[in-house]
Amino acid sequence: MAQNLVLRPERPDPDELLRKVMAEEARERRGKLKVFLGYASGVGKSVRMLDEGRRRHERGADVVVGATQLESTPEVRALLDKLEVIPLRIIDGVSVMDVDAILRRQPQVCLVDGLAHDNPPCCRNRYRWQDVDELLDNGISVIASVNLQYIEEQRAQVAQIRGREVQESVPQAFLGRAAEIEVVDAPPESCLGCGPDGPSGETDRLRRGQQLAQLREIALLLAADVVDHQLERYLQEHGMEQIWSANERFLVWITPYADVGPMVDSGSRNARRFHGDLLAAYLARPDLTPAERAALGRNLKLARDAGAEVHALDGDDPAEALLTFARSRGVTQIFAGHGGRQNWWERTLGGGPIDRVIRDAEGIDVRVFPQ
Amino acid sequence: MAESVPRGRLKILLGYAAGVGKTYKMLEEAHDLKRRGLDVVVGYFEPHGRKDTIARLEGLEVIPRRRIEYRGVTFEEMDTEAILRRRPQSCAVDEFAHTNVPGSERAKRWEDVQVLLGEGIDVVTTMNVQHLESLNDQVWQFSGVRVRETIPDWVVQQADQVVLVDLPPDALLNRLKRGAVYSPEKARIAAQNFFRESTLAALREMALRQTAHEVEGRYALQEPEELVAAEARSAGTAEPPVAETRDRILIAVTADPASAALIRRGKRVADYLHADCFVAFVHPRGDPADSASEERKAVEKHLNFARSLRIETRVLEGEDVAETLVDFARLNRITQVFLARPRKPSRLGLLRPSLVQQIVRLARDMQVTVVAERHRSGTASAA
Repeated sequence: MAQNLVLRPERPDPDELLRKVMAEEARERRGKLKVFLGYASGVGKSVRMLDEGRRRHERGADVVVGATQLESTPEVRALLDKLEVIPLRIIDGVSVMDVDAILRRQPQVCLVDGLAHDNPPCCRNRYRWQDVDELLDNGISVIASVNLQYIEEQRAQVAQIRGREVQESVPQAFLGRAAEIEVVDAPPESCLGCGPDGPSGETDRLRRGQQLAQLREIALLLAADVVDHQLERYLQEHGMEQIWSANERFLVWITPYADVGPMVDSGSRNARRFHGDLLAAYLARPDLTPAERAALGRNLKLARDAGAEVHALDGDDPAEALLTFARSRGVTQIFAGHGGRQNWWERTLGGGPIDRVIRDAEGIDVRVFPQ
Repeated sequence: MAESVPRGRLKILLGYAAGVGKTYKMLEEAHDLKRRGLDVVVGYFEPHGRKDTIARLEGLEVIPRRRIEYRGVTFEEMDTEAILRRRPQSCAVDEFAHTNVPGSERAKRWEDVQVLLGEGIDVVTTMNVQHLESLNDQVWQFSGVRVRETIPDWVVQQADQVVLVDLPPDALLNRLKRGAVYSPEKARIAAQNFFRESTLAALREMALRQTAHEVEGRYALQEPEELVAAEARSAGTAEPPVAETRDRILIAVTADPASAALIRRGKRVADYLHADCFVAFVHPRGDPADSASEERKAVEKHLNFARSLRIETRVLEGEDVAETLVDFARLNRITQVFLARPRKPSRLGLLRPSLVQQIVRLARDMQVTVVAERHRSGTASAA
């Protein structure tokens, strides 16, 4: 049904605004979360986290260590010696962060290593990230470290790369709420051979090197996405229009007549290669014939199947509607079909819609697909 | 000659602004290599008056800079010849994108680094993402800063390792306020352009994406072959690699200054799509303009720029520009043609189709990408 396909942009409603204001106030009382994200064990997350704690402590902040890994390197131990440590509790043979002790102590900053730990069932929070949430709610800022492999939404992909799945996890949305996310990057060679599954032969070594490189890429892109959302939020809050983007965004223009297949294929390939976004848009016109409506529906399905986010646009002028939408979404490339033929009067009047899109698309590339 | 020396390994520490900690990290790496028993020197180091960083220099051997007089002023540059005489195993070189003062042996520091690598010396160096040639227009678009010291992308692609030096903008701005990055006066000026929070966030996102791209390029393009070979050795057989249909991109340049941005954009897309890339200029047959004309000089400049980015260039001759381009494209199995957006047509021009329209009409078998010039953030007209 064509009607089901129509997605209209949301209008801001008063309840939504009120929720925003209240969320804003809550955000001010809440502690700030900073996360060090690494793609494997051995990249140096814990050291960076503790070093940040040490620096803040030296600048006069009240810092405690809430949780550390059980096995530690001499470098970690040297840093721990300089900081106050709230000991972990051992419950059912599992080490658990002592949330009550930390709340009683009320530091300004609490360091939490291994954000993805599971607590035993008898604890009030099932997961360590929920413990951290509680600290934040009580106005304590938290500096935490997390391994990409433990991020809920990344687990399937990570398991595919590594051939085994981890049990513990942190939801990605929790990281998205962090005030700061910092990537601890290192070349894969620096963590080859560390951890329990260190490589043995040459093939293993290469295979593992490639796995680590893939994980590293995912971690960097995940952080880029978090930064992208932060940037978008910042621009919105400051009433700035996003006429540019650090990320590539591809927009496929869909009409009933367009040969959408090649455009959508190319769009999704480009989006994949650039790790960018794929959008599709069409003009919602009431005057389509049943045949046109059916053709449009088929084309929109192709776009959706390719993973495009589909938008219906209002307006009488297709070129204008397309460009307004493209600018509002920071699109970097528009993909459009072009019949190639043109009447003399179309030329005199400034061309057909695609010619006008080309002429007026300031800052946006237009890729024309022959039809 | 030095043909038999295995080339040194290049490691790039990539940041997105002054003050994220690249130089500090570079010195840490030097200490680390030294601890592991390698012969390490610091070839060039820019202190920027930062105390923490200067303190990290202790215990490292520094090769004194070379002094060069230019127009009555003394400049200090990296002494590449002195490093070659000293012959360390590894050398730390700050500010990879630096332009040497006229009168230096080579125009750019990255060229000095090529010499060191060619002589078998490993190099650890630092740069910001905005120094990458292919990002020049995008950076200008959102920061208003036209970065002059650029590094061709192929130089970075050739590095053995690219490692991100990350720091959230909040933390960087704090450092800036504390005077840890620049002197207070310089900090105030810096805060107005590159150090605006939104600009920093955008640059950081670029650095993250660029590093991801570099990581992917290294494992996706190089390692599988080695892996296949290694697996074949251990298992006895190997699947033949699957041939992928490659995109082939043709960038059509003119004397128009917009051609530089067009070349950068086309090359960037080609790199991401792993596509072959060509630049062509059509010299209209019977055109009276000789090779010394302003127009031909501008074209020559663009062709040289393309060559510096390691793009194959061609000068074609033909009666009709569009037909000549499309014929060449067909002959070379081009899949995408990149063109600059046509300037606003004159009144007379309205009756004649633009080059874009002509090519779209002729090239029914390829895609045509029209690259729009980028505008400064906030100054883009509503068209």
